[in-house]
Amino acid sequence: MTTTTPPVDSPRRVKRGSGIGNAGLYIAVGIAALLFLLPFYLIVRNSLMQDPEITGENWKWFPSHIQWSNITEPFHDVTVDFGRSLVNSAIVAVLTTVGTLLVCSLAGYGLARIPYRHANKVFYAVLATLMVPTAVTFVPSFVLVSSLGWVDSYRGLIIPGLFSGFTCFLFRQYFLGFPKELEEAARVDGLSYWGAYWRIVVPNSLNFFAAMATITFISGWNSFLWPLVIGQDPSAWTVQVALSSYMTNQTVNYHLIFMATAISILPLVFVFLFLQRWLVQGVAQTGIKG
Amino acid sequence: MSTTTARDLASPAPTKASKARPRRGLRANATLNFWLFTGPFLIGLVIFVFVPIGWSLWLSFFDARFTVTPSNFIGFDNYKTVLTDPNFTGSLVTFTVFAAFIVPLTWGLSLSLALLVHRLTYLRAFFRSVFFLPTACSYVAASLIWKMSIFNGVRFGLANTVLGWFGVDQVAWLANPTPPWYWLVIVTLRLWLQAGFYMILFLAALQNIPSELYEAAAIDGAKPGWQTFRYITLPQLRATSTAVILLLLVAAYQAFDEFFNLMGRATWGQPPLVILYKTAIGVNQDYGQGSAGAVVLTLLICVVTLFQGKIMGFGRGEESK
Repeated sequence: MTTTTPPVDSPRRVKRGSGIGNAGLYIAVGIAALLFLLPFYLIVRNSLMQDPEITGENWKWFPSHIQWSNITEPFHDVTVDFGRSLVNSAIVAVLTTVGTLLVCSLAGYGLARIPYRHANKVFYAVLATLMVPTAVTFVPSFVLVSSLGWVDSYRGLIIPGLFSGFTCFLFRQYFLGFPKELEEAARVDGLSYWGAYWRIVVPNSLNFFAAMATITFISGWNSFLWPLVIGQDPSAWTVQVALSSYMTNQTVNYHLIFMATAISILPLVFVFLFLQRWLVQGVAQTGIKG
Repeated sequence: MSTTTARDLASPAPTKASKARPRRGLRANATLNFWLFTGPFLIGLVIFVFVPIGWSLWLSFFDARFTVTPSNFIGFDNYKTVLTDPNFTGSLVTFTVFAAFIVPLTWGLSLSLALLVHRLTYLRAFFRSVFFLPTACSYVAASLIWKMSIFNGVRFGLANTVLGWFGVDQVAWLANPTPPWYWLVIVTLRLWLQAGFYMILFLAALQNIPSELYEAAAIDGAKPGWQTFRYITLPQLRATSTAVILLLLVAAYQAFDEFFNLMGRATWGQPPLVILYKTAIGVNQDYGQGSAGAVVLTLLICVVTLFQGKIMGFGRGEESK
């Protein structure tokens, strides 16, 4: 029988569409969803509560009084320059995203599309770097970057992260699947590789670029080890390093810490809500090819 | 027609072979463009990946405390120190325990969530978003919530509060190596953060299973549920499963953020990267030993990856997609 249901529906579900089975399914998914949302709720709860209530004897699911003034408190904190760390993170995440996409997409296109005798050898050299996880190379990378004098600078935070073998690999895989006819028509019309790339290929690949941008931005904003290594001086801390420093502070100021956490997550939640389509698409592509 | 560079390259043999000339020009043009496109990336890759790896190898044979330009060659001494250092070998045990829990648990949870969400008729996008949302959270932020709110060792932590309702005594989740409750904290944290990400991979794979397979199975008398799952769904997900397990293993090897933030001052439960961080960037600044550790770790990861690829058929996963 031909399928009349939407393609995403599996026949199993259609068969088992009994009321009880469905109710059980939704109860299971609902409970799981509550558990997944719980930590987010705790951030919001703690960030808008007063400390005595957070640390009180009796657990309270809701603050008895919502303390809106907590919102500005991380910015007035004298021990950690939270505002500065947010600015640092924003600059680092945005520039890393732009730079990575530019450098890696060009290389991916070159590897996928431009005929060159030794292209395969170059590609294998890129593949080889995938075997060496970036996190393992942080010791030698730190040695290199510090000998360049880039510690505590945007250069040190951004530039070493731009050359992602994995992102280049994903772009190559994507461009291999890009319809060749479009470019060939452009080349016949006299466009160079460069021209065909910018005027034909890129404008027709915006979905994939958006997906990769979203993923790169998220990992840039959330990365911790490298900024921790490079940000020796507090003025170069990113928001993740600043958050981490709260945990080692002598005095624990719960509502402030959680408000800072909430503020640090907020940009990404927005990214999630607005760019989810690309994010899901990008992750799906990442995994299948990975 | 041809660009200046193409003409330059073609100039050694200008007179003869009028047919070969445009072809050679084209090829030169392609070569130039290849380097134009890949050059910036490759230069960066060499400087920031290959040079550090080479430098690391070199440093690992020197006594390089507090210096990156050492002169005291000590052969394999750094390797001997690293491999007999109980902190480093212990970190490999920590990793093994961690991987033994987190890889199958994440695989199971993300697959279960994908199967559940896949069967939903209504609100599918909503629930998918909910499970995916923790991906937006950083390990540092999650560590804060886990350490300070959920698994706080005192009475106001959520876990202890819930246990208190059942009359169970408070548990010092992170402060004691025995019993090792800290594993519960670390594993649940990572499970929460990454399950949604891998769920998306499984969802994509589930949607690619042709529905004819299920129809054929139904005709053959397979009961919906366990039988179809066992004989249709699971084999069809094989390629994705392989990729997921590989990614999970590599991610587990690189565990740093949550261990550093949850267990910073503890002497137990230290994964390799935390040990390397302390050796190389901490008070000792021993780049030689840190590099030797990095080399050992890289080799281990390569071996594990290749081994797993052999067992689970890495190549097969690539072909089918």
